[in-house]
Amino acid sequence: MLEVKDLHVTVEDKAILKGLNLTVNAGEVHAIMGPNGAGKSTLSAVIAGKDGYEVTQGTILFEGQDVLEMEIEERARAGLLLGFQYPIEIPGVKNIYLLKAALNAARAARGEGEIPAPEFMKLVREKSAQMKMDTSFLQRAVNEGFSGGEKKRNEILQMLVLQPKLAMLDEIDSGLDIDAMKVVAEGVNSLRSADRAILMVTHYQRLLNHIEPDRVHVLVDGRIAKSGDKDLALELEARGYDWVLEESVA
Amino acid sequence: MSAPERFLERLTARRAEDPSWVAARRQAGAARFEALGFPTRRDEEWKYTDVRRIAEGDFALATDAGYDAEGFEVQRLELDAYRLVLVDGVFSAELSRLEGLPAGVVVEPLSQALADNHEAVGGSLGRLAGVDFSPFTALNTAFADEGVVVRLSPGTVVDKPIYVLMLSRAGGQPVMSHPRVLIEAGARSEATVVEHYTGEPEAANFTNVVTEVLLERSAIVDHYKLQETGSSDMHVASIHVEQARDSRFASFNLHLGGALVRNDLVADLNAEGAETTYNGLFFVQGRQHVDNHTLVNHNAPRTFSNENYKGILDERSHGVFNGKVFVKKDAQQIEAYQNNANLLLSDRAEIDTKPELVIYADDVKCSHGATTGQLDEEAVYALRTRGIDEPMARALLTLAFAGEVMERVKLNAVAERVERAVAGRLPERFNLADLVETAEAVQES
Repeated sequence: MLEVKDLHVTVEDKAILKGLNLTVNAGEVHAIMGPNGAGKSTLSAVIAGKDGYEVTQGTILFEGQDVLEMEIEERARAGLLLGFQYPIEIPGVKNIYLLKAALNAARAARGEGEIPAPEFMKLVREKSAQMKMDTSFLQRAVNEGFSGGEKKRNEILQMLVLQPKLAMLDEIDSGLDIDAMKVVAEGVNSLRSADRAILMVTHYQRLLNHIEPDRVHVLVDGRIAKSGDKDLALELEARGYDWVLEESVA
Repeated sequence: MSAPERFLERLTARRAEDPSWVAARRQAGAARFEALGFPTRRDEEWKYTDVRRIAEGDFALATDAGYDAEGFEVQRLELDAYRLVLVDGVFSAELSRLEGLPAGVVVEPLSQALADNHEAVGGSLGRLAGVDFSPFTALNTAFADEGVVVRLSPGTVVDKPIYVLMLSRAGGQPVMSHPRVLIEAGARSEATVVEHYTGEPEAANFTNVVTEVLLERSAIVDHYKLQETGSSDMHVASIHVEQARDSRFASFNLHLGGALVRNDLVADLNAEGAETTYNGLFFVQGRQHVDNHTLVNHNAPRTFSNENYKGILDERSHGVFNGKVFVKKDAQQIEAYQNNANLLLSDRAEIDTKPELVIYADDVKCSHGATTGQLDEEAVYALRTRGIDEPMARALLTLAFAGEVMERVKLNAVAERVERAVAGRLPERFNLADLVETAEAVQES
């Protein structure tokens, strides 16, 4: 589904990713871990198309399409969605309008008509309940005055409504208390299916207790230094990152 | 011949069957206009607005009210309303729909009011908008022989909006019109009045309108002004409001069109409990120029005003906002809030904003603020990552900026017109009234 090959990325002339390779297949959940500054967030930002990142080498293919040639909105419509570490507030734009405009954009891209209002309301009401969000959130401006946990739940709500093929979650666990973590994790787990994939970027192993990954990758100095199954995350939790770094140098 | 003389020369072509008091006022208006001349940028009140395009123009007076039927259907608002139409300042009985007015309500063309019962309007017309207010008010007074008179008897609640449509035609020599709108709201009466300025896109006329609104005790008036004439039209207007005890006035001043627009809005809060709300939105592009001057006079204790003006400026447009709040000595315990925010969509657009508070009482609550900024690019990005394309993302954010003003607009047809103009391509009502209803219905089920 996603194929990243030899990806080199610089930010303000500083090399951040230095030859990253990653393959994510449909049905899989991948976790990317690593020390601060290793380039974890850069990977998802580049895939989502954020400004300020220069790809100097390498390719990113999503279902065979060249992601780097696609506009930001085309990527989303194709089914690539990024959940932000720090979701921003958008005063004046109601949550419900964001959801409806986004959903209709994706439908239009698939050649489908706009979703009828009753069907749409049923959908968002159901998904809000799943994220334990009162429907009053729908009438509020996107993330405006939301707590940290509410913002994260709102990111997952968007995922649940838009049903991406590849959901990328950037440090979705940061700033969450244990109850919010459970709600967010349940939301993400409900996205798991044979034709979908999830790519999580996280600093901490604890998220992986709630969303069990199929593959765990350790990102060190712009490259994937080690990959393994979920036990690798436990080992990292116990031993830290230094040994991976030493192994990769050796 | 000076410019004022050239304008006034057209007066001589006018018929002379006015009642004597009207004729006397006309003369006073003409004399005042001749003495004042057109304002220049040396006048503090006109510092940012150059009216030479008007002064140097040669405008005839229209004599008929014919209008393209197809254009009319497109341009008019889809409003279930009592409708009175002027075409280049001339009353059109054909396009107006005034039947079925409830008892206690008069809506008629000014010419008819003057012909049938001129004493009834004589006491009110010109009471608020004197010839000294500005040269344009004087000019209007000299010429005005058509317009609209709305009179509400005490306790009358009008079931539908009163829709005053002023159309501007293109082709031939540009014309000028000087309509006069008089709204007298008796005690406890309630009405919504919409003044809508539109017309053929190529029109290059000069409209100089004066509106007076008198609210008796506990009267409630919502006044909408939607200005969306073509990009060559010139429009100068003043709205004068007088409020008695416990009356409520709300102005919605929405400007989308015109080459040169100047709008003055003045409310006198003369007795306790009077409350006024100014909602303003202007959206300008190309080389459009819109100047809004507002004034609230708190002449009595415990009066309230709340003003929120927003400007969206694109390309090489120019906006002016001057908002003055005046609190008279001993007008204690008043509340006055004012806010002006502007969104610049282009580097070459310009806004000159000046809030002014003049307070002679000591026990008051007043605040004002003015901000100017650009669209938040982070927000554009965030919306795009959800699949919303860039123009739509920008439209959404632009409308979100206007949202605070737009969410107070109670007439859907008006809101829709404005939102479409601002956003260009939104598929439906931005605030999704139908969707909200569905949401509520689903919530209840």
